[in-house]
Amino acid sequence: MALITCENVSLAYENNIVLSDLSFAVQAGMYLCIVGENGSGKSTLVKALLSLKRPTQGSIHFGDGLRQNEIGYLPQQTGAQKDFSASVWEVVQSGCINQNGCSPFYSARQKQMAQTNLERMALWDLRRRSYQELSGGQQQRVLLARALCATRKLLLLDEPVAGLDPMAAQEMYRLIQALNREGTTVIMVSHDIQSAVQYASHILHLHNKPLFFGKTADYLQSDVAKRFLGGGLHA
Amino acid sequence: MLDLIAQMLSYPFLIRALVVGVLISLCASLLGVSLVLKRYSMIGDGLSHVGFGALAIATVANAAPLAVAIPVVVAAAFLLLRLSENSKIKGDAAIALISTGALAVGVMAISLSTGMNVDVYNYMFGSILAMKQDDVFLSVALAVVVLVLYVVFYHKIFAITFDENFSRATGVKAGWYNMLIALLTAVTIVLGMRLMGALLISSLVIFPALTSMRIFKSFRSVVFCSAILSVLCFLIGIFISYAWSTPAGASVVCVNIAAFFAFWILSFFLARKKV
Repeated sequence: MALITCENVSLAYENNIVLSDLSFAVQAGMYLCIVGENGSGKSTLVKALLSLKRPTQGSIHFGDGLRQNEIGYLPQQTGAQKDFSASVWEVVQSGCINQNGCSPFYSARQKQMAQTNLERMALWDLRRRSYQELSGGQQQRVLLARALCATRKLLLLDEPVAGLDPMAAQEMYRLIQALNREGTTVIMVSHDIQSAVQYASHILHLHNKPLFFGKTADYLQSDVAKRFLGGGLHA
Repeated sequence: MLDLIAQMLSYPFLIRALVVGVLISLCASLLGVSLVLKRYSMIGDGLSHVGFGALAIATVANAAPLAVAIPVVVAAAFLLLRLSENSKIKGDAAIALISTGALAVGVMAISLSTGMNVDVYNYMFGSILAMKQDDVFLSVALAVVVLVLYVVFYHKIFAITFDENFSRATGVKAGWYNMLIALLTAVTIVLGMRLMGALLISSLVIFPALTSMRIFKSFRSVVFCSAILSVLCFLIGIFISYAWSTPAGASVVCVNIAAFFAFWILSFFLARKKV
Protein backbone atom coordinates (compact mmCIF):
# COMPACT_ATOMS: atom_id res chain seq x y z
CA MET A 1 0.00 0.00 0.00
CA ALA A 2 1.36 3.40 -0.96
CA LEU A 3 1.43 6.43 1.34
CA ILE A 4 -0.23 8.62 -1.26
CA THR A 5 -1.98 7.48 -4.41
CA CYS A 6 -3.13 9.92 -7.07
CA GLU A 7 -5.55 8.50 -9.64
CA ASN A 8 -6.32 10.44 -12.81
CA VAL A 9 -6.16 13.71 -10.90
CA SER A 10 -7.06 16.94 -12.70
CA LEU A 11 -6.71 20.34 -11.05
CA ALA A 12 -8.25 23.57 -12.26
CA TYR A 13 -8.77 27.18 -11.29
CA GLU A 14 -12.18 28.37 -12.45
CA ASN A 15 -12.27 26.04 -15.46
CA ASN A 16 -8.65 26.81 -16.28
CA ILE A 17 -7.10 23.38 -16.15
CA VAL A 18 -3.55 23.59 -14.83
CA LEU A 19 -2.87 19.90 -14.47
CA SER A 20 -4.64 16.95 -16.00
CA ASP A 21 -4.68 13.20 -15.89
CA LEU A 22 -2.02 12.71 -13.27
CA SER A 23 -1.50 9.31 -11.70
CA PHE A 24 1.32 8.37 -9.42
CA ALA A 25 1.96 6.67 -6.11
CA VAL A 26 4.34 7.64 -3.35
CA GLN A 27 5.79 4.61 -1.53
CA ALA A 28 7.28 4.80 1.94
CA GLY A 29 10.94 5.75 1.87
CA MET A 30 10.82 7.45 -1.52
CA TYR A 31 12.62 10.72 -2.25
CA LEU A 32 10.41 12.12 -4.96
CA CYS A 33 11.29 15.31 -6.72
CA ILE A 34 8.59 17.16 -8.65
CA VAL A 35 10.12 19.26 -11.41
CA GLY A 36 8.79 21.43 -14.20
CA GLU A 37 8.77 24.97 -15.47
CA ASN A 38 6.90 27.88 -13.91
CA GLY A 39 3.17 27.44 -14.33
CA SER A 40 3.46 23.71 -14.96
CA GLY A 41 1.15 22.90 -12.05
CA LYS A 42 3.69 22.04 -9.34
CA SER A 43 2.39 24.41 -6.68
CA THR A 44 -1.19 23.47 -7.46
CA LEU A 45 -0.31 19.81 -6.99
CA VAL A 46 1.24 20.68 -3.61
CA LYS A 47 -2.01 22.35 -2.56
CA ALA A 48 -3.95 19.29 -3.63
CA LEU A 49 -1.65 16.96 -1.67
CA LEU A 50 -2.19 19.13 1.39
CA SER A 51 -5.96 18.95 0.84
CA LEU A 52 -6.06 22.73 0.42
CA LYS A 53 -7.47 22.24 -3.05
CA ARG A 54 -9.95 19.68 -4.28
CA PRO A 55 -9.22 17.85 -7.54
CA THR A 56 -11.82 18.54 -10.22
CA GLN A 57 -11.43 14.94 -11.33
CA GLY A 58 -9.84 11.82 -9.96
CA SER A 59 -8.89 11.18 -6.38
CA ILE A 60 -6.04 11.37 -3.91
CA HIS A 61 -5.84 8.58 -1.32
CA PHE A 62 -3.78 8.41 1.83
CA GLY A 63 -2.75 4.93 2.91
CA ASP A 64 -0.29 2.92 4.96
CA GLY A 65 -1.35 4.53 8.22
CA LEU A 66 -0.77 8.08 6.96
CA ARG A 67 -3.44 10.49 8.08
CA GLN A 68 -4.17 13.63 6.15
CA ASN A 69 -2.84 15.85 8.95
CA GLU A 70 0.43 13.96 9.16
CA ILE A 71 2.22 15.73 6.36
CA GLY A 72 5.19 17.83 7.38
CA TYR A 73 4.86 20.79 5.07
CA LEU A 74 7.64 23.26 4.39
CA PRO A 75 6.04 26.15 2.52
CA GLN A 76 7.56 28.69 0.24
CA GLN A 77 8.15 31.77 2.35
CA THR A 78 5.55 34.46 2.17
CA GLY A 79 6.23 38.13 2.62
CA ALA A 80 4.15 38.26 5.80
CA GLN A 81 6.44 35.84 7.61
CA LYS A 82 9.55 37.83 6.94
CA ASP A 83 8.75 40.51 9.51
CA PHE A 84 6.76 38.39 11.91
CA SER A 85 7.43 38.77 15.62
CA ALA A 86 7.91 35.21 16.73
CA SER A 87 10.71 33.38 18.45
CA VAL A 88 12.27 30.29 16.90
CA TRP A 89 10.85 28.21 19.73
CA GLU A 90 7.31 29.44 19.13
CA VAL A 91 7.51 28.68 15.42
CA VAL A 92 8.86 25.15 15.91
CA GLN A 93 6.41 24.40 18.71
CA SER A 94 3.51 25.36 16.46
CA GLY A 95 4.36 22.30 14.34
CA CYS A 96 2.87 20.15 17.13
CA ILE A 97 -0.48 21.86 16.77
CA ASN A 98 -2.03 18.84 15.04
CA GLN A 99 -1.40 16.62 18.06
CA ASN A 100 -2.82 18.64 20.90
CA GLY A 101 -6.40 18.28 19.75
CA CYS A 102 -8.71 20.34 21.86
CA SER A 103 -6.21 21.00 24.63
CA PRO A 104 -5.26 24.68 24.78
CA PHE A 105 -1.69 23.93 25.89
CA TYR A 106 1.26 21.88 24.71
CA SER A 107 2.13 18.76 26.67
CA ALA A 108 5.58 17.93 28.04
CA ARG A 109 5.99 15.32 25.31
CA GLN A 110 5.35 17.92 22.61
CA LYS A 111 7.83 20.30 24.19
CA GLN A 112 10.35 17.46 24.23
CA MET A 113 9.67 16.85 20.55
CA ALA A 114 10.20 20.51 19.70
CA GLN A 115 13.48 20.43 21.60
CA THR A 116 14.66 17.26 19.84
CA ASN A 117 13.94 18.74 16.43
CA LEU A 118 15.59 22.04 17.28
CA GLU A 119 18.72 20.20 18.39
CA ARG A 120 18.66 18.09 15.29
CA MET A 121 18.62 21.20 13.09
CA ALA A 122 21.37 22.77 15.22
CA LEU A 123 19.02 25.56 16.29
CA TRP A 124 18.82 24.97 20.04
CA ASP A 125 21.10 27.91 20.84
CA LEU A 126 18.99 30.17 18.62
CA ARG A 127 15.66 29.18 20.19
CA ARG A 128 15.10 32.52 21.90
CA ARG A 129 16.07 34.53 18.85
CA SER A 130 13.50 36.20 16.68
CA TYR A 131 12.59 34.32 13.51
CA GLN A 132 12.81 37.49 11.42
CA GLU A 133 16.41 38.17 12.45
CA LEU A 134 17.72 34.84 11.18
CA SER A 135 19.43 34.26 7.86
CA GLY A 136 17.50 32.64 5.02
CA GLY A 137 19.18 29.28 5.62
CA GLN A 138 18.43 29.38 9.33
CA GLN A 139 14.81 30.31 8.66
CA GLN A 140 14.42 27.32 6.36
CA ARG A 141 15.91 25.06 9.04
CA VAL A 142 13.39 26.45 11.53
CA LEU A 143 10.55 25.63 9.16
CA LEU A 144 12.02 22.17 8.58
CA ALA A 145 12.15 21.58 12.33
CA ARG A 146 8.51 22.68 12.54
CA ALA A 147 7.57 20.26 9.75
CA LEU A 148 9.33 17.46 11.67
CA CYS A 149 7.24 18.26 14.72
CA ALA A 150 4.13 17.64 12.65
CA THR A 151 5.31 14.22 11.45
CA ARG A 152 8.28 11.97 10.82
CA LYS A 153 6.49 10.03 8.11
CA LEU A 154 6.25 12.36 5.16
CA LEU A 155 7.81 15.72 4.34
CA LEU A 156 6.44 17.90 1.59
CA LEU A 157 8.94 20.59 0.68
CA ASP A 158 8.00 23.44 -1.63
CA GLU A 159 11.14 24.96 -3.13
CA PRO A 160 13.19 24.47 0.04
CA VAL A 161 16.32 26.12 -1.32
CA ALA A 162 14.73 29.07 -3.14
CA GLY A 163 16.63 32.22 -2.27
CA LEU A 164 19.40 30.44 -0.37
CA ASP A 165 23.07 30.89 -1.15
CA PRO A 166 24.88 27.78 -2.47
CA MET A 167 26.38 26.86 0.91
CA ALA A 168 23.03 27.06 2.71
CA ALA A 169 21.37 25.16 -0.12
CA GLN A 170 23.90 22.32 0.13
CA GLU A 171 23.36 22.21 3.89
CA MET A 172 19.60 22.00 3.35
CA TYR A 173 19.94 19.18 0.81
CA ARG A 174 22.26 17.31 3.16
CA LEU A 175 19.73 17.56 6.02
CA ILE A 176 16.87 16.39 3.80
CA GLN A 177 18.94 13.48 2.52
CA ALA A 178 19.83 12.43 6.07
CA LEU A 179 16.15 12.50 7.05
CA ASN A 180 15.25 10.40 4.03
CA ARG A 181 17.89 7.80 4.91
CA GLU A 182 16.34 7.52 8.38
CA GLY A 183 13.07 6.54 6.78
CA THR A 184 11.19 9.79 6.25
CA THR A 185 9.49 9.90 2.88
CA VAL A 186 10.30 13.11 1.03
CA ILE A 187 8.36 14.91 -1.69
CA MET A 188 10.18 18.00 -2.91
CA VAL A 189 9.14 20.57 -5.46
CA SER A 190 12.17 22.15 -7.06
CA HIS A 191 13.47 24.33 -9.83
CA ASP A 192 16.94 23.07 -9.18
CA ILE A 193 16.96 20.13 -11.60
CA GLN A 194 20.66 19.41 -11.20
CA SER A 195 20.30 18.79 -7.48
CA ALA A 196 16.99 17.02 -8.01
CA VAL A 197 18.55 14.31 -10.14
CA GLN A 198 21.51 14.14 -7.79
CA TYR A 199 19.51 13.45 -4.60
CA ALA A 200 16.07 12.15 -5.55
CA SER A 201 15.22 8.49 -5.97
CA HIS A 202 12.24 9.28 -8.19
CA ILE A 203 11.29 12.15 -10.48
CA LEU A 204 7.88 13.46 -11.47
CA HIS A 205 8.16 15.88 -14.37
CA LEU A 206 5.10 18.03 -14.97
CA HIS A 207 4.08 20.28 -17.78
CA ASN A 208 0.35 20.69 -17.21
CA LYS A 209 0.28 16.94 -17.58
CA PRO A 210 2.73 14.33 -16.36
CA LEU A 211 5.64 13.99 -18.77
CA PHE A 212 7.58 11.48 -16.73
CA PHE A 213 7.22 9.53 -13.51
CA GLY A 214 9.74 6.95 -12.41
CA LYS A 215 13.20 6.26 -11.09
CA THR A 216 15.81 8.97 -11.44
CA ALA A 217 18.13 6.69 -13.39
CA ASP A 218 15.41 6.03 -15.98
CA TYR A 219 14.56 9.72 -16.09
CA LEU A 220 18.11 10.60 -17.09
CA GLN A 221 17.79 8.28 -20.11
CA SER A 222 14.44 9.72 -21.18
CA ASP A 223 13.86 12.22 -23.97
CA VAL A 224 12.05 14.57 -21.56
CA ALA A 225 15.11 14.87 -19.38
CA LYS A 226 17.45 15.37 -22.31
CA ARG A 227 15.33 18.20 -23.63
CA PHE A 228 14.83 19.78 -20.20
CA LEU A 229 18.41 19.49 -19.06
CA GLY A 230 19.97 20.38 -22.37
CA GLY A 231 23.45 18.96 -22.92
CA GLY A 232 24.91 20.08 -19.65
CA LEU A 233 24.32 17.07 -17.47
CA HIS A 234 26.92 14.63 -16.25
CA ALA A 235 25.35 12.20 -13.85
CA MET B 1 -2.38 64.33 41.45
CA LEU B 2 -3.63 61.74 43.93
CA ASP B 3 -6.39 64.15 44.88
CA LEU B 4 -7.34 64.42 41.26
CA ILE B 5 -7.51 60.64 40.90
CA ALA B 6 -9.63 60.33 44.06
CA GLN B 7 -11.89 63.02 42.69
CA MET B 8 -12.18 61.14 39.37
CA LEU B 9 -13.15 57.93 41.13
CA SER B 10 -15.99 59.64 42.96
CA TYR B 11 -17.96 59.88 39.70
CA PRO B 12 -19.91 56.70 38.92
CA PHE B 13 -19.91 57.42 35.16
CA LEU B 14 -16.12 57.63 35.18
CA ILE B 15 -15.80 54.33 37.00
CA ARG B 16 -18.09 52.73 34.44
CA ALA B 17 -16.02 54.16 31.63
CA LEU B 18 -12.80 52.96 33.27
CA VAL B 19 -14.05 49.41 33.79
CA VAL B 20 -15.34 49.06 30.24
CA GLY B 21 -12.37 50.91 28.76
CA VAL B 22 -9.75 48.76 30.48
CA LEU B 23 -11.44 45.55 29.34
CA ILE B 24 -11.88 46.82 25.80
CA SER B 25 -8.25 47.99 25.63
CA LEU B 26 -7.15 44.55 26.78
CA CYS B 27 -9.26 42.69 24.21
CA ALA B 28 -8.39 45.05 21.40
CA SER B 29 -4.66 44.83 22.02
CA LEU B 30 -4.64 41.02 22.15
CA LEU B 31 -6.60 40.70 18.93
CA GLY B 32 -4.56 43.51 17.42
CA VAL B 33 -1.35 41.48 17.44
CA SER B 34 -2.93 38.85 15.21
CA LEU B 35 -4.69 41.36 13.01
CA VAL B 36 -1.56 43.44 12.41
CA LEU B 37 0.56 40.37 11.69
CA LYS B 38 -2.06 38.95 9.35
CA ARG B 39 -2.19 42.25 7.46
CA TYR B 40 -5.78 42.76 8.55
CA SER B 41 -5.24 46.08 10.35
CA MET B 42 -7.71 47.93 8.18
CA ILE B 43 -10.48 45.44 8.96
CA GLY B 44 -10.75 47.02 12.40
CA ASP B 45 -11.11 50.42 10.83
CA GLY B 46 -13.70 49.21 8.34
CA LEU B 47 -15.71 47.53 11.08
CA SER B 48 -15.84 50.66 13.21
CA HIS B 49 -17.35 52.59 10.30
CA VAL B 50 -19.92 49.86 9.79
CA GLY B 51 -20.58 50.11 13.51
CA PHE B 52 -21.17 53.83 13.15
CA GLY B 53 -23.71 53.21 10.39
CA ALA B 54 -25.48 50.58 12.47
CA LEU B 55 -25.59 52.80 15.59
CA ALA B 56 -26.97 55.69 13.57
CA ILE B 57 -29.73 53.56 12.11
CA ALA B 58 -30.49 52.10 15.54
CA THR B 59 -30.86 55.61 16.96
CA VAL B 60 -33.15 56.67 14.16
CA ALA B 61 -35.27 53.53 14.53
CA ASN B 62 -35.30 53.93 18.31
CA ALA B 63 -33.81 50.47 18.78
CA ALA B 64 -31.29 49.39 21.40
CA PRO B 65 -27.92 50.46 19.97
CA LEU B 66 -25.84 47.40 20.90
CA ALA B 67 -28.52 44.91 19.92
CA VAL B 68 -28.48 46.30 16.37
CA ALA B 69 -24.79 47.10 16.04
CA ILE B 70 -23.30 43.81 17.24
CA PRO B 71 -25.01 41.52 14.70
CA VAL B 72 -24.48 43.97 11.84
CA VAL B 73 -20.79 44.40 12.58
CA VAL B 74 -20.27 40.66 13.06
CA ALA B 75 -21.88 40.09 9.66
CA ALA B 76 -19.65 42.77 8.15
CA ALA B 77 -16.58 41.12 9.72
CA PHE B 78 -17.37 37.78 8.07
CA LEU B 79 -18.01 39.53 4.78
CA LEU B 80 -14.71 41.44 4.91
CA LEU B 81 -12.82 38.27 5.77
CA ARG B 82 -14.40 36.42 2.84
CA LEU B 83 -13.61 39.30 0.54
CA SER B 84 -9.98 39.52 1.54
CA GLU B 85 -9.53 35.76 1.14
CA ASN B 86 -10.95 35.15 -2.28
CA SER B 87 -12.57 37.71 -4.43
CA LYS B 88 -12.16 39.82 -7.49
CA ILE B 89 -12.30 42.97 -5.38
CA LYS B 90 -9.06 42.95 -3.39
CA GLY B 91 -9.13 43.19 0.40
CA ASP B 92 -8.07 46.81 0.90
CA ALA B 93 -10.42 48.14 -1.76
CA ALA B 94 -13.27 46.07 -0.32
CA ILE B 95 -12.67 47.54 3.12
CA ALA B 96 -12.61 51.11 1.78
CA LEU B 97 -15.83 50.42 -0.10
CA ILE B 98 -17.68 49.01 2.87
CA SER B 99 -16.41 51.51 5.44
CA THR B 100 -17.13 54.67 3.45
CA GLY B 101 -20.44 53.19 2.31
CA ALA B 102 -21.51 52.48 5.88
CA LEU B 103 -20.41 55.94 7.01
CA ALA B 104 -22.49 57.58 4.29
CA VAL B 105 -25.56 55.50 5.10
CA GLY B 106 -25.20 56.38 8.79
CA VAL B 107 -24.87 60.10 8.15
CA MET B 108 -27.86 60.02 5.78
CA ALA B 109 -30.00 58.19 8.31
CA ILE B 110 -29.21 60.70 11.02
CA SER B 111 -29.60 63.83 8.93
CA LEU B 112 -32.94 62.65 7.54
CA SER B 113 -34.35 62.21 11.02
CA THR B 114 -32.78 64.69 13.42
CA GLY B 115 -30.07 66.53 11.58
CA MET B 116 -26.42 66.40 12.61
CA ASN B 117 -26.25 66.99 16.33
CA VAL B 118 -24.31 66.18 19.46
CA ASP B 119 -25.20 62.49 19.21
CA VAL B 120 -23.43 62.14 15.89
CA TYR B 121 -20.41 63.94 17.21
CA ASN B 122 -20.35 61.51 20.14
CA TYR B 123 -20.52 58.49 17.86
CA MET B 124 -17.67 59.77 15.75
CA PHE B 125 -15.30 60.81 18.49
CA GLY B 126 -16.64 59.01 21.52
CA SER B 127 -18.07 60.12 24.79
CA ILE B 128 -17.17 59.14 28.27
CA LEU B 129 -20.78 59.65 29.29
CA ALA B 130 -22.00 57.02 26.85
CA MET B 131 -21.79 54.10 29.28
CA LYS B 132 -25.07 53.21 30.96
CA GLN B 133 -25.36 50.63 33.72
CA ASP B 134 -26.76 47.94 31.37
CA ASP B 135 -24.01 48.55 28.87
CA VAL B 136 -21.43 47.97 31.56
CA PHE B 137 -22.79 44.51 32.39
CA LEU B 138 -22.97 43.52 28.74
CA SER B 139 -19.53 44.91 28.01
CA VAL B 140 -17.94 43.16 30.96
CA ALA B 141 -19.57 39.84 30.07
CA LEU B 142 -18.56 40.01 26.42
CA ALA B 143 -15.06 41.19 27.22
CA VAL B 144 -14.58 38.25 29.58
CA VAL B 145 -15.77 35.88 26.85
CA VAL B 146 -13.30 37.42 24.41
CA LEU B 147 -10.43 37.07 26.88
CA VAL B 148 -11.25 33.46 27.78
CA LEU B 149 -11.57 32.41 24.14
CA TYR B 150 -8.30 34.13 23.34
CA VAL B 151 -6.43 32.31 26.11
CA VAL B 152 -7.96 28.93 25.25
CA PHE B 153 -7.13 29.24 21.55
CA TYR B 154 -3.86 31.13 21.99
CA HIS B 155 -1.64 28.47 20.36
CA LYS B 156 -4.06 27.87 17.51
CA ILE B 157 -4.30 31.61 16.91
CA PHE B 158 -0.51 31.83 16.82
CA ALA B 159 -0.29 28.94 14.37
CA ILE B 160 -2.79 30.33 11.90
CA THR B 161 -1.43 33.85 12.25
CA PHE B 162 2.07 32.73 11.46
CA ASP B 163 1.30 30.35 8.63
CA GLU B 164 -2.24 29.63 7.62
CA ASN B 165 -1.42 27.07 4.95
CA PHE B 166 0.76 24.99 7.25
CA SER B 167 -1.96 25.00 9.90
CA ARG B 168 -4.59 23.98 7.38
CA ALA B 169 -2.34 21.22 6.08
CA THR B 170 -1.88 19.84 9.58
CA GLY B 171 -5.61 19.75 10.14
CA VAL B 172 -6.27 22.99 12.03
CA LYS B 173 -9.57 24.45 10.91
CA ALA B 174 -8.03 27.77 9.95
CA GLY B 175 -11.21 29.13 8.42
CA TRP B 176 -12.99 28.58 11.70
CA TYR B 177 -10.32 30.40 13.70
CA ASN B 178 -10.27 33.28 11.23
CA MET B 179 -13.98 33.60 11.82
CA LEU B 180 -13.39 33.52 15.55
CA ILE B 181 -10.84 36.33 15.32
CA ALA B 182 -13.21 38.35 13.15
CA LEU B 183 -16.09 37.73 15.53
CA LEU B 184 -14.09 38.73 18.61
CA THR B 185 -12.78 41.81 16.81
CA ALA B 186 -16.28 42.84 15.77
CA VAL B 187 -17.62 42.52 19.32
CA THR B 188 -14.67 44.40 20.79
CA ILE B 189 -15.00 47.23 18.32
CA VAL B 190 -18.71 47.72 18.85
CA LEU B 191 -18.29 47.73 22.61
CA GLY B 192 -15.42 50.20 22.55
CA MET B 193 -16.83 52.40 19.85
CA ARG B 194 -19.07 54.63 21.91
CA LEU B 195 -16.37 55.30 24.42
CA MET B 196 -13.54 55.84 21.95
CA GLY B 197 -15.49 57.00 18.92
CA ALA B 198 -16.06 55.25 15.61
CA LEU B 199 -13.19 57.05 13.96
CA LEU B 200 -10.71 56.34 16.74
CA ILE B 201 -11.48 52.84 18.03
CA SER B 202 -9.28 51.01 15.52
CA SER B 203 -6.24 52.74 17.01
CA LEU B 204 -6.73 50.57 20.11
CA VAL B 205 -6.34 47.54 17.86
CA ILE B 206 -3.34 48.71 15.89
CA PHE B 207 -1.19 50.94 18.11
CA PRO B 208 -0.29 48.64 21.03
CA ALA B 209 0.70 45.77 18.72
CA LEU B 210 2.86 47.95 16.47
CA THR B 211 4.42 49.72 19.44
CA SER B 212 5.36 46.43 21.13
CA MET B 213 6.85 45.08 17.91
CA ARG B 214 9.42 47.89 17.93
CA ILE B 215 11.16 46.23 20.86
CA PHE B 216 9.81 42.74 21.46
CA LYS B 217 10.47 40.00 18.97
CA SER B 218 8.57 36.97 20.14
CA PHE B 219 4.83 36.52 19.79
CA ARG B 220 4.26 35.93 23.48
CA SER B 221 6.25 38.97 24.60
CA VAL B 222 4.52 41.14 22.00
CA VAL B 223 1.12 39.94 23.24
CA PHE B 224 1.97 40.63 26.88
CA CYS B 225 3.53 44.00 26.17
CA SER B 226 0.58 45.07 24.01
CA ALA B 227 -1.88 44.15 26.72
CA ILE B 228 -0.05 46.05 29.46
CA LEU B 229 0.74 48.99 27.23
CA SER B 230 -2.82 49.26 25.98
CA VAL B 231 -4.31 49.36 29.49
CA LEU B 232 -1.67 51.83 30.70
CA CYS B 233 -2.19 54.15 27.75
CA PHE B 234 -5.93 54.01 28.29
CA LEU B 235 -5.65 54.93 31.97
CA ILE B 236 -3.20 57.77 31.29
CA GLY B 237 -5.40 58.97 28.45
CA ILE B 238 -8.49 59.07 30.63
CA PHE B 239 -6.57 60.92 33.33
CA ILE B 240 -5.39 63.53 30.83
CA SER B 241 -8.91 63.77 29.50
CA TYR B 242 -10.21 64.48 32.99
CA ALA B 243 -7.44 66.84 34.05
CA TRP B 244 -7.50 69.00 30.91
CA SER B 245 -11.10 68.41 29.80
CA THR B 246 -10.04 66.88 26.48
CA PRO B 247 -12.14 64.26 24.64
CA ALA B 248 -11.46 60.79 26.08
CA GLY B 249 -10.94 58.92 22.82
CA ALA B 250 -8.54 61.41 21.31
CA SER B 251 -6.54 61.64 24.54
CA VAL B 252 -6.05 57.87 24.66
CA VAL B 253 -4.92 57.81 21.04
CA CYS B 254 -2.45 60.64 21.68
CA VAL B 255 -0.92 58.72 24.57
CA ASN B 256 -0.63 55.73 22.25
CA ILE B 257 1.17 57.88 19.69
CA ALA B 258 3.60 59.05 22.36
CA ALA B 259 4.21 55.45 23.44
CA PHE B 260 4.83 54.42 19.86
CA PHE B 261 7.53 57.05 19.35
CA ALA B 262 9.07 56.30 22.73
CA PHE B 263 9.39 52.61 21.83
CA TRP B 264 10.61 53.47 18.37
CA ILE B 265 13.42 55.65 19.69
CA LEU B 266 14.24 53.07 22.35
CA SER B 267 14.55 50.39 19.68
CA PHE B 268 17.33 52.39 18.00
CA PHE B 269 19.29 52.55 21.25
CA LEU B 270 18.78 48.85 21.83
CA ALA B 271 19.88 48.04 18.30
CA ARG B 272 23.04 50.11 18.71
CA LYS B 273 23.83 48.42 21.99
CA LYS B 274 23.68 45.02 20.33
CA VAL B 275 26.18 46.04 17.63
